[in-house]
Amino acid sequence: MEKILMSGDEAIARGAWEAGVCVASAYPGTPSTEILENMAQYKDDLYCSWSNNEKTATEIAFGASLGGVRAMVSMKHVGMNVAADPIFTAAYTGVNGGLVIVSADDPGCYSSQNEQDNRLYALHARLGMLEPSDSQECLEYTKAAFELSEKFDLPMMIRVTTRVCHSKSVVQTGQRNEIKPLPYVSNPEKYAMLPANARVRHVQVEKNLEALKDYAETCALNKTIYNEGDIGIICSGICYMHAREAFGDSASYLKLAVTHPLPDKLIKAFCSKVKTVYIIEEGEPYLENAIKALGIECSGKNRLGPQGELDAQRIRAAFGLGEPPEIYPQPAQAPARPPVLCAGCPHRGFYFAMQKHKDSIVAIGDIGCYSLGVSAPFFGFEACICMGSGFSIPIGLSIALKRQGDKRKVIGILGDSTFYHSGFNSLVDAVHQMADVCLVILDNSITAMTGHQVNSGVERDLMGREVPVIPLEGMVMSAGLDKDRVRIVDPIDQQAMNAAIEAAVSTQGTFVIISRRPCALLKEEIRLRAGRHCEIDRELCRGCKACTKTACPSLAFEGKKAYIADAANCTGCGLCLQMCRFGAIKTVGG
Amino acid sequence: MTNILLTGVGGQGTILTTKILSAALVKLGYDVKMSEIHGMSQRGGTVNTQLRYGEKVYAPNISQGEADLIVAFEKVEALRALPYLKKGGTIVMDDREIYSMPVLIGAQEYPHNAVELLKETADSVIVIPASRIAEELGNIKVQNICLLGALAGTLELNGVDWNAIIAENVPAKTVSLNQEAFKRGRESALSV
Repeated sequence: MEKILMSGDEAIARGAWEAGVCVASAYPGTPSTEILENMAQYKDDLYCSWSNNEKTATEIAFGASLGGVRAMVSMKHVGMNVAADPIFTAAYTGVNGGLVIVSADDPGCYSSQNEQDNRLYALHARLGMLEPSDSQECLEYTKAAFELSEKFDLPMMIRVTTRVCHSKSVVQTGQRNEIKPLPYVSNPEKYAMLPANARVRHVQVEKNLEALKDYAETCALNKTIYNEGDIGIICSGICYMHAREAFGDSASYLKLAVTHPLPDKLIKAFCSKVKTVYIIEEGEPYLENAIKALGIECSGKNRLGPQGELDAQRIRAAFGLGEPPEIYPQPAQAPARPPVLCAGCPHRGFYFAMQKHKDSIVAIGDIGCYSLGVSAPFFGFEACICMGSGFSIPIGLSIALKRQGDKRKVIGILGDSTFYHSGFNSLVDAVHQMADVCLVILDNSITAMTGHQVNSGVERDLMGREVPVIPLEGMVMSAGLDKDRVRIVDPIDQQAMNAAIEAAVSTQGTFVIISRRPCALLKEEIRLRAGRHCEIDRELCRGCKACTKTACPSLAFEGKKAYIADAANCTGCGLCLQMCRFGAIKTVGG
Repeated sequence: MTNILLTGVGGQGTILTTKILSAALVKLGYDVKMSEIHGMSQRGGTVNTQLRYGEKVYAPNISQGEADLIVAFEKVEALRALPYLKKGGTIVMDDREIYSMPVLIGAQEYPHNAVELLKETADSVIVIPASRIAEELGNIKVQNICLLGALAGTLELNGVDWNAIIAENVPAKTVSLNQEAFKRGRESALSV
């Protein structure tokens, strides 16, 4: 077999395919997105589709497992909070076809709202758990997870982190093992979790975990490497690579692959052969607490702390392994390069209009590209915590503000994908509770943030099938809002958007604005506008800077004149044009 | 073990460059690990990829003071990446300027003399006019492959069919253009 470079995400997809997986589902979220994206290349052998949220994705995979085929669901760490409800009980029922749940955690918050350590979910939800440390292991452990899931009647969790998902390393691949579906046999005692059945199953799940623990004591996946010296390091996942880099051959290693349930005897045996035990792990002291509970003296978290991503240098510094390398001094400060809304981004039009109403509103945001509107120059919203909350936080906030005589209107902002994910539930609450809020759906016709995954508003699915579109306005109207309380507006059209926001602010009760314009980076949009861009007439420009307030990355200002600095990326959307009182900007081409 | 850091601005093609480079290194028989952090990259932010190769590689990422080579697709990004350079390491950089939002709105100054500052500070700075070469060739987008050629020249990565690897990784219509960009980049580096 040829050796190829694969990311951890690609290798998990490959491993699932080789293991004969039949159904794969997910909701996009960095760093897990590429797992399901890579399943699409195997669509002739399996069913793969984006779901509207991690809970429905998990339940679809669970249903497939119940029906006797191997199934996988993948999500980012915070997605597991959404999926927790089915996951906790899926452990009780166990599986029919193997069921694998991938959690991609994000130590260091590269693109997440928190750093939660989902290893604790495996412990809490009673799942088996494997932690690969590179792409080859991603492939092998995924295959093993399906076997173990069926053997021990447990959903198996694969826990990876950003550095594993998005690093590429050499992989040796295999072939697909086509598995015959297991028959679906009606068995309510096992699968219908009413209290009487659940009590019995809870006893069983603990037995299943005990059996998996016995397996983990001797399985080949856990590895022990003995070297000279007194130090023994226990670690799992990417932390093994960092520890190995930092300590080299000066320490012995117990590299755990199965991290729930933990192999107590193996850990004790390893610790008896070394004098000092260090636990090297990111996030929570998950291994350390468990090993301390075995009566073993060990440490690590006291030196490494719970925050951020580890690397070899951080470990060297924490354990006093030599001085950090000398570095060159910075001869000048590099100006910051924060991510910004793209040229032609429809969200810019909405935020630009909204900021004019700043004094009469309080805005709450959500998770998506539009989160970039929180910072300079728009300072568009003031709080965001999780998917869907952009429509429900305003309900409570508006009640609180009214209590203290604050007359500002609360505006909730989320995207089309987020609305399908969980925003609709919040909208129903708002309408039913007669909340005095304005709810805005920034509909750019795609799940843009994670790289253009299709959602229920798109007519093609991941496998290329033509699928029915679920219209947003239909969902909004189905909640029972009057027509005059719903506006569909092109956000670049500032006159219309201003009028809509004014109407929303002055109307008592729930008001919805659907701000609709496709993402400027969609291939179809690029094709349609080919060659179109704005031009600024230097003679007519008076240097008033009104256009630059749109904070478009294609616009620049130098020598007292505005100019288009980047015509290749300018989409000619015309937002800046509407700001110019001197007619200096026009759209050309296309 | 050789550590390389590639840095640029979202859209410049740093990730594709690293992919082609890693494929070549695998063909040369090295163990290779590459690490990238993306997610916000498409929105004009800084994009870094790190690549390590040698007999056996453990960690996929490097820390400050560990890069043997920094390849910068933009001036300010070279400056920003400087703390990653190992003492005595080399910077291969384009002198292209791409202004970030704080510069565009006049909140921060762009250090136009970044190349001179870097040359005064670091021991080895090789400037490759990759953007200009790419524009001469008719497509600014091949700047990245031009810099890849410069990198291959600097590290003397021979014994692999670069043209074939490029052909496997770029759109069919741009194969010969990219191959030419690679050649020009390599020649520029070798003539320094």
